[in-house]
Amino acid sequence: MAVATRFGSSLPAPLRTPGARTALVFAVALALPFVGHNGGFTNFLADAGAFVLLALGLNIVVGFAGLLDLGYAAFFAIGSYAFALLASPQVNVHWAIWPQGGIHVPFWVLLFVASGIAAVFGILLGAPTLRLRGDYLAIVTLGFGEIVPQTFLNLSQWTGGPNGIGSLDQPTIGSYKFGFDPLPYYFMVLGLVALTVWLANNLRASRLGRAWMAIREDELAAAHMGINTTTTKLAAFAIGASFSGLAGCALASKLQLVSTEQFQFQVSVFILAMLVLGGMGNIPGVIVGSLVLSALERFILPQATNFLHGLGFASIDLSNSRFLIYGVILVMMMLFRPEGLIPSGQRKAELHAAEDDTTVAGHEQELYTEAIR
Amino acid sequence: MDVFLQQLINGLSLGGIYALIALGYTMVYGIIELINFAHGDVYTLGTFFSLAILTLLGVTGIVTGPALIVVVAVTILGAMILCGLTGVIVERLAYRRLRNAPKLAPLITAIGMSFILENLMLYWHGPSPIPFPAVIPNPAVGLGSVTIQAKQIMVIVLAVVLMVVLQVFVYNTKLGKAMRATAQDKDAAQLMGININTTIALTFLIGSALAGAAGFVSGVYYGSTWFLNGFAAGLKAFTAAVLGGIGNLAGAMLGGFLIGLTEAMTTQFISDQWSNVVVFSVLVLVLIFRPTGLLGESLPNKV
Repeated sequence: MAVATRFGSSLPAPLRTPGARTALVFAVALALPFVGHNGGFTNFLADAGAFVLLALGLNIVVGFAGLLDLGYAAFFAIGSYAFALLASPQVNVHWAIWPQGGIHVPFWVLLFVASGIAAVFGILLGAPTLRLRGDYLAIVTLGFGEIVPQTFLNLSQWTGGPNGIGSLDQPTIGSYKFGFDPLPYYFMVLGLVALTVWLANNLRASRLGRAWMAIREDELAAAHMGINTTTTKLAAFAIGASFSGLAGCALASKLQLVSTEQFQFQVSVFILAMLVLGGMGNIPGVIVGSLVLSALERFILPQATNFLHGLGFASIDLSNSRFLIYGVILVMMMLFRPEGLIPSGQRKAELHAAEDDTTVAGHEQELYTEAIR
Repeated sequence: MDVFLQQLINGLSLGGIYALIALGYTMVYGIIELINFAHGDVYTLGTFFSLAILTLLGVTGIVTGPALIVVVAVTILGAMILCGLTGVIVERLAYRRLRNAPKLAPLITAIGMSFILENLMLYWHGPSPIPFPAVIPNPAVGLGSVTIQAKQIMVIVLAVVLMVVLQVFVYNTKLGKAMRATAQDKDAAQLMGININTTIALTFLIGSALAGAAGFVSGVYYGSTWFLNGFAAGLKAFTAAVLGGIGNLAGAMLGGFLIGLTEAMTTQFISDQWSNVVVFSVLVLVLIFRPTGLLGESLPNKV
């Protein structure tokens, strides 16, 4: 917080309020695809935007409520498959309203339906498991993250098994079809990011958001202050899952395909690494962390590999090392900067509280040693 | 019925491997309350180390006679020592600094360590499955229509022997007593003159060494391995530890055999592709309905 304030006061007057800075960031984001770049860059922006949505959703669960969800990709999978089944020829029905066969609910309705379905599954998983201690929750979500893609893979008569579901419906506005150009998808994702940032920001300051943070700091104390910890944690799970449903719709309609490979454990850890790098619980931090890792995957590693090949290290392919890099990020950040690169002040204080405790204990120990001499 | 008995044997030998891995999870959780996600990968490293040792010894196929005993003993001990050291290094580098940090921090570090180990193994042997030499001649004992292979006997015997040694160590030696004291209350143990850093390192050494032994056994049992082998196996072994009651050594053993049986029966009577789903569903169900496990005691919430 202190950094943000100092940073803010050095800016020109119109940019000193957070609202104005957010507006500026979105104005830049709107202009980005037109700044002399090609379709590949716009394509990257649209994908990266969808991952920002996912990171913002996981941030509600891990960052705000402090619940380690290692199977977040499962909700992403559920949202995506819900969209795919309801907007493709996949389901073998022939109803009069859709003469081409299958189910074709309009995209903008499905956006809400798919995120609703993801939220329902968040509640279904959360209801029995959220009473568990934090570390058990991590392993249950990890197990859930394994079960869901495997189930989609096994139910091949409905989900196409390893082939996934293809030829999904594209969004339309009136008579305008989104088609295969990444640009309209990028603007749609940007709109969804704006919506989720607004939602997450308001939630954080709300009664619910403050309850999440109380639970994150000390669940037992929060319960004794009269917070219903189970429903509060359920709300975090459901809202976090619903964001992944939005991302699922956006990405599935853009790629025209869902398949189980998109939802492996590695994806959950990829999104977690975005949070850890940027700063758990801090919305700007999470967005920056997400964009940095997306750029790392798409541009920096291939470029660095080319550079190394140019230097004569032909056998090195850094693109294969990206999971090693995520592992190193998780370990190094937790050891040396657990609050992330762009922390929220409150989270930073919590994560360093233990260190203060040890210094106090150490100080007392010194005093005691002196006294008995 | 014959099929059932045959799967009982298969399940027990599979369970022996899970039991050995589960012991490491349960020991580490018992002493520092951390789910060591990297433990499954230490187990895979055990297979990789065994393969390296066998290559050094020039073993590429079946060994017979007295040489067999030497080869097996050298490989298992080598893999146990190397894995034990890996466990100690991981604890020293990644977990020790975070011992007093909020729970989330060491859990995330453990996930990170798991990814690091997996990718180091990816560099070592590449992304494809790697063949593992058979090492042990595999005569089968026939009991009616049920056959028991030599390697199945080896898995079960080794698991039970190591378990007994561990039980004796933990309950009848001074170091074992130090481990139990540290698990109960670190601060009090320290005041009683126990070096808790050494004791926790020792726990990682023993737990990881058992995973190393399991690594060798699984190499021989399956005849191949690959760098991601430890992910699913680790999750199943953790399920076993939870099922038996986390922190409880006998429970980990029991859980391991039960999970092995569950997997074998699912593969036989439902379908191979559902076995992971069933095992992880067991994990979810146990955690919901009996989070203390079969042999565990319930823990009060610490303030």
